[in-house]
Amino acid sequence: LPAAVLLKDTKLMDVKLGQLGSWLAMRDFTPGGILGAIRRGHERYYNKYINVRKGGLGGLSMVLAGYIILSYMWSYSHIKHDRRRKYH
Amino acid sequence: MNLSFFDQFSSPSLLGIPLILISMVFPALLLPSLDNRWITNRLSTLQLWFINLVTKQLMMPLDKKGHKWALILTSLMIFLLLINLLGLLPYTFTPTTQLSMNLALAFPLWLATLLTGLRNQPSASLAHLLPEGTPTPLIPALILIETTSLLIRPLALGVRLTANLTAGHLLIQLISTATTALFSTMPAVSLLTFLVLFLLTILEVAVAMIQAYVFVLLLSLYLQENI
Repeated sequence: LPAAVLLKDTKLMDVKLGQLGSWLAMRDFTPGGILGAIRRGHERYYNKYINVRKGGLGGLSMVLAGYIILSYMWSYSHIKHDRRRKYH
Repeated sequence: MNLSFFDQFSSPSLLGIPLILISMVFPALLLPSLDNRWITNRLSTLQLWFINLVTKQLMMPLDKKGHKWALILTSLMIFLLLINLLGLLPYTFTPTTQLSMNLALAFPLWLATLLTGLRNQPSASLAHLLPEGTPTPLIPALILIETTSLLIRPLALGVRLTANLTAGHLLIQLISTATTALFSTMPAVSLLTFLVLFLLTILEVAVAMIQAYVFVLLLSLYLQENI
């Protein structure tokens, strides 16, 4: 008989849709909590892709690709005027 | 066809939040922090090798007192290098195209070298204003010229970096606009222009690295004179 896991400790992928609201309410949204979440995310990515014995180009490239996409999103409102038009 | 070719240099902001801070902090994410291991991952090994190379190269001409500057000069070099190279990726913003940032980097560091010299060895620092072997009638004029050249150094450092990077980015934008505009009418000429663009991009990568190096090298030179 599997032991019941508290809602607080379930991971996001295991949360049922109906429980999503209460799960989100239980998360730690203080600045310290957000910092901890960023740190955990960074550790996960770092240990999975970079801190390995034979790390490849992909680990760095994914970060750079994310940076490019982020920069595109931030500058979209500026760039959308540069479309191909007959008259500028 | 852009509304203005200089739009790429306007400081980006999202809902009033300046994004230039993020462009400046992002390179730090690319450098893994070192654990105390003997054999680290490939990225850390590369980084360590590169930092050792840069530090040795910069610190060789300096004597023991100058080695206090190792940290700031090496970190400045890595900072500028990464920022310049990241700016070559599409849609990214290069903070070093802003004159304000380059002057903010150049001026305090140059002033620090000057004040170090004036404080520790004032007569020797002032003696640099007059090269050896100048004929006596020329001395007043030469002192004025050397003082001007000394005072213009921070401006030269900042403007050199700004101008090189801005010119490079602008050229890339112009030639790529020409390539796309020519593509529909004269594809052969468009191909030639594309070749030029390719070579220019390689040049820009080189310039990005060289400019960072030159900035730091000149600072270390000013330090050598004054330490």
